[in-house]
Amino acid sequence: MSARSLTRLMVAFYILLFFGFLFAPLIMMGAAAFNDVNFPQVVPWEGFTLRWFPALFSDALMMEGFRNSIWIGIGVVCLSVPIGLAAAIVMTQVHRKLQAIYYTVVVSPVLMPGVILGISTLVFWDRLGTVMDADYESFYYSGMFLTIVGQSTFISAYTMLVFLARLQRFDRTQEEAALDLGATHVQVFWKILVPFLRPAIFSAMGLAFLTSFENYNTTVFTIQAESTLTTVLAGKVRMGTQPDLAALAVLIIGVTLVGAIAIEVAQRREQRRSYAAQAAAARAERAARAPAAQPAQ
Amino acid sequence: MTGFFQRNGLVISAYLIGAVTLWVAVMIVLPQLYMLDFSFRHNLPPAKIGGPEDVYTLDNYRYLVFGSPTSPDPFNYLHLQVFLRTIIASVFVTLLNFALCYPIAYYIAQVARGGYARSMILLLILPFWVNEILRAFAFRILFGTSGVINTWLVALGILDQPIDFMRADVALYAGLTYAYILLMVFPLYNAIESLDHNQIEAARDLGSPWWRIHWRVVMPHAKPGIASGCTLVFMLSAGALAAPEILGGPSSLWFTQIIYRWFNTGGNWPQGAAYAIVLLLACIVFVLAVMRVFKVSLGEIAR
Repeated sequence: MSARSLTRLMVAFYILLFFGFLFAPLIMMGAAAFNDVNFPQVVPWEGFTLRWFPALFSDALMMEGFRNSIWIGIGVVCLSVPIGLAAAIVMTQVHRKLQAIYYTVVVSPVLMPGVILGISTLVFWDRLGTVMDADYESFYYSGMFLTIVGQSTFISAYTMLVFLARLQRFDRTQEEAALDLGATHVQVFWKILVPFLRPAIFSAMGLAFLTSFENYNTTVFTIQAESTLTTVLAGKVRMGTQPDLAALAVLIIGVTLVGAIAIEVAQRREQRRSYAAQAAAARAERAARAPAAQPAQ
Repeated sequence: MTGFFQRNGLVISAYLIGAVTLWVAVMIVLPQLYMLDFSFRHNLPPAKIGGPEDVYTLDNYRYLVFGSPTSPDPFNYLHLQVFLRTIIASVFVTLLNFALCYPIAYYIAQVARGGYARSMILLLILPFWVNEILRAFAFRILFGTSGVINTWLVALGILDQPIDFMRADVALYAGLTYAYILLMVFPLYNAIESLDHNQIEAARDLGSPWWRIHWRVVMPHAKPGIASGCTLVFMLSAGALAAPEILGGPSSLWFTQIIYRWFNTGGNWPQGAAYAIVLLLACIVFVLAVMRVFKVSLGEIAR
């Protein structure tokens, strides 16, 4: 065997190993969901069962966490998508000298550990509640409200990045033309900018909801007495003995994977369109320049 | 500023300024500043906050280093040890992650072609979408004493007795490494992808062995990507809470778990805030060190 094909074999083996590492844990967990033993395990295999799935829906705590997660996810979408959009538009208009500072500030929540965002949100709103002399039932102390705010702090940065990518291709002359023809700024925003951004708005909404739904580090501090699906799950996993967890995992993975693939496909399409637009622009520019560059013969 | 209003109109300007102020001031800057302030205060009941006893103190930070004044030990060995272990283990996880991901990133960026590379990227992204808690749970099923790996090793006769991977923290390191693979692969991939393949060809034609091509050509080019991947993985490992809770051994703690206890069962929020600030400082020091070592700017890391 030549050295070259040996290298190739080793590379292929490594890639196989790497993706094995990536998927084996998930596959094993999936298998445990269908194993007919009273402990989440794959071996020994005691036969195929579906009985762990119905068990899930009779778990009141989990269902309550699930409902809370959905509401929090909706709240985060409602808060982080408008913020991300505004922040992205401001980014395109902010003065060049300020841009670096502004960028560092708004991207910092992504780089900060999630637990720190959760803690700072908790202590800040708790203090605001004391200053305002608020009732204990008020929103300053509500776990749901704090979780929405805490998660939106970093999720808004994600949505901003999604909008920035699309805004880079926005042709401002459309806006100017509409204004010249007598449209108001609000009309320009709703009839030109928002329709142009529509695909980005949908990706940002999906991204925000999924990120919120699976967040743990921030939520565990802000949620306090209430619960989300993730915190209920974490409590159960720590005990770690019921196979219905694996069943839940299969369900959640199924749903998230469908969502993730949909977002992925949408983003791909978006990217391809942008490449095509760039290529067309480059071609047009070349075509425009070509006659000028060649002296008439 | 007037230009801004003219360009956007009154209503839209109000929306833009309102939303960005809400985010930057109320959600990002003020809570962080208040947490810093809070960490220098005594643990008081709400009624006494703002009263004469509400003064600045270094007690919360002193406690992390020296322990409670009544304890016989000169230092707070337990917490300092947990802090150091968290930092060292996170560095280890980061290096392991880099070693694992560099070949894959290089392969996808420079060797694999078109559709093949794209499907590999999709495969990389998919596990990342699975809930963090469930990923940790999957490693429990793999690494538990009656888990898949132990059962197979015993059945194959390699082991007489199952190994307690959780107690040895093998499960934790594997789980953390797994959790942040994507955050290492992507910056590396983006950096390596921008390298002109001709440079690699040229080095090869001039007789450079493969390891020197990587050391002298690919890695210097990919420096911003390496810096950004390492920073992300380090910060997320040091700040991880779910994986240590689920996969950590019973006798070993992660620094975030101590913070969590101050807030949860410990009931001493200022103390917890002080610990959180220490963790944040450690992360910032790491970022500055990476920027020094790799001679890159923050803008290149946070791209």
